[in-house]
Amino acid sequence: MSIQEFLIPLLAASVIAGTPILYAALGELITERAGIINLGVEGIMLIGAVSGFMMAVTTGSPWLGLLASMLAGGAVALIHAFLTITLRANQVVSGLALTIFGTGLSGYLGKAYIGIPVEKPFGVIPLGPLADIPYIGPIFFQHDALVYISYVLVVIIWYFMFRTRPGLNLRALGENPAAMDALGLNVFYLRYIYVMAGGALGGIGGAYLSLAYAPSWLENMTAGRGWIAVALVIFALWNPWRALMGAYLFGGIDALGFRLQVLGYQISPFFLQMLPYLFTVIILVFVVARQKGRLTAPGALGLSYDREER
Amino acid sequence: MNRLTFKLEKRLTPSPVMVFIIPLISVLLALLLGGIFLVLTGENPLTVYSLMLVDSLGSKYGLTETMVKAIPLMLTSLGVSLAFKMKLWNIGAEGQLYMGAMAATWLPLTFPALPVYLMLPGMIILGMIAGGLWALLTAIPRAIWKVNEIITTLMLNYVAILWVDFLVYGPWRDPEGSNFPITASFAEAARLPGLGDSRVHTGLFFALALAVILAIVFKYSRWGYSINVIGSSERAARYAGMNIKRNILLVMFLSGAISGLAGMAEVSGIIGKLQHGISPGYGYTAIIVAWLSKLNPLAILIVSVLFGALQVGGYAVQVEGVPAAVATMLQGAILFFVLGGEVLTNYRLKLVSQKGEELSK
Repeated sequence: MSIQEFLIPLLAASVIAGTPILYAALGELITERAGIINLGVEGIMLIGAVSGFMMAVTTGSPWLGLLASMLAGGAVALIHAFLTITLRANQVVSGLALTIFGTGLSGYLGKAYIGIPVEKPFGVIPLGPLADIPYIGPIFFQHDALVYISYVLVVIIWYFMFRTRPGLNLRALGENPAAMDALGLNVFYLRYIYVMAGGALGGIGGAYLSLAYAPSWLENMTAGRGWIAVALVIFALWNPWRALMGAYLFGGIDALGFRLQVLGYQISPFFLQMLPYLFTVIILVFVVARQKGRLTAPGALGLSYDREER
Repeated sequence: MNRLTFKLEKRLTPSPVMVFIIPLISVLLALLLGGIFLVLTGENPLTVYSLMLVDSLGSKYGLTETMVKAIPLMLTSLGVSLAFKMKLWNIGAEGQLYMGAMAATWLPLTFPALPVYLMLPGMIILGMIAGGLWALLTAIPRAIWKVNEIITTLMLNYVAILWVDFLVYGPWRDPEGSNFPITASFAEAARLPGLGDSRVHTGLFFALALAVILAIVFKYSRWGYSINVIGSSERAARYAGMNIKRNILLVMFLSGAISGLAGMAEVSGIIGKLQHGISPGYGYTAIIVAWLSKLNPLAILIVSVLFGALQVGGYAVQVEGVPAAVATMLQGAILFFVLGGEVLTNYRLKLVSQKGEELSK
């Protein structure tokens, strides 16, 4: 089998499998840059997936589905924001609660939608002349609209974070909220915004699964992708470009398992399914060990901000 | 304009009344929220809740089923609470339970003729070691490089469940099991005895004994004290000369071993074989039980029974066409309210005007 027949489809599949993780990871990235850890990504993705699917099935429009998933993701992230920012609750436990709640709520709401097809999922739109570039075209530019939007989003988030004033403030928010407060910025308000924006992106990640990748609704269909996204943010050292590369790497592992099976390799499907999880653990240990414990995490990550304890 | 905002004022000592009342109110508010969802989706919350209550606590059968679910919850909750005490976020109880069940199953499958006095202790030891080692896999990188244990323990849950699936669909599948993903049934010597004629088994005594042991260790032993210190301030612990790395390894191993025991008790006490999907998520519910119990081992016993009832109630409503996921949703909602309510034990909520004047308490 030639490279064209194996590698190109594999890389193209990596991009598709990596896209939901990329959206969720970008959401978690800006949340953590603002100083809040949200371990509820898995739950947010599930709620995004089910609400997007329900809306798309009801209205027939995948775009309205996408909108619903963003609103739903942002809304449940608001619960986390209220608990951790206003009430200063433990961020780890609040995130876990969100994941459990999201798993339950999505399973409850989605029960009636299992096995129902979605009329118009996000379909492949070859991107004009770009799609015809040898190698590059089939890998990157023969996908659905959400994949293209994710490319643009990475650029926008990178530019915003590293080239604009509000972006500088965002980074400072996670490093030293007290200094931001002293400069007259509303730490609480800004953190709310970023946590909810992160939730909206997580919702898109879920909707990508139910409206483009699958496209269907299944209970627990995220299968740990939300957690992989959380790991990916560490792997990416809180940088959107590295998040993009990481997402495709994880997508590649996901796609590889499936492809090896198709090629007829005699590996148990259970082992192939394990690959992304094992890979996440190994990569995480490797990256953190290489940094010798001095990760460049935002300095105030995970700490509640209390004006009176400045 | 004189805008009103809420302001938190720290209490000097946590309010003792709130410590007891808040978990109660949290459960009630979660039921209320769940009720709203039920109404919105066209169900009658009173019917659903009363069905859950009657089926889980209203009959002898319901009560024993509740206890059957409470046993693994007690064990896994005790396991995670030990790690949580040290602020080690072991989210991997689910996987540790599966690995414990797997290792315990190996003994009766390989040596079916062992006498009971070798079989049961052997299964207990194997189950605990397997669960402990599975947790230790994540504790080592945590101790050396501070690799986030939340992610690693969670990822290994998926791996453990897939590993058990591999075994029961493959090499361990019962040749006479008409293609079901189950192992051969254990010999009688590998079964934990039941209490009376019910499905409640002697694994209950493991949980009771462990809870008492942990309560004593936390309250009276030096080691229990040092775990608490490391949990509240690693810096202070280091100055006091406590060996943090060694304790991370030890606590995670023990935490995993207790969940491994839960797995052993499930296959030996309830199912009598290993099969696909032996746990409906006990390891995740354990996180809620542990937190709701404020990591108090004796409180864990009681809260586990309540969550066992919730689990049974979830199955009960399924018969009526209401998804069992409603129980999971309620669990998450309870934890939200507990977290929010905790603030009230440590802070006073005050209504203030924007100028900072105090209006009311």
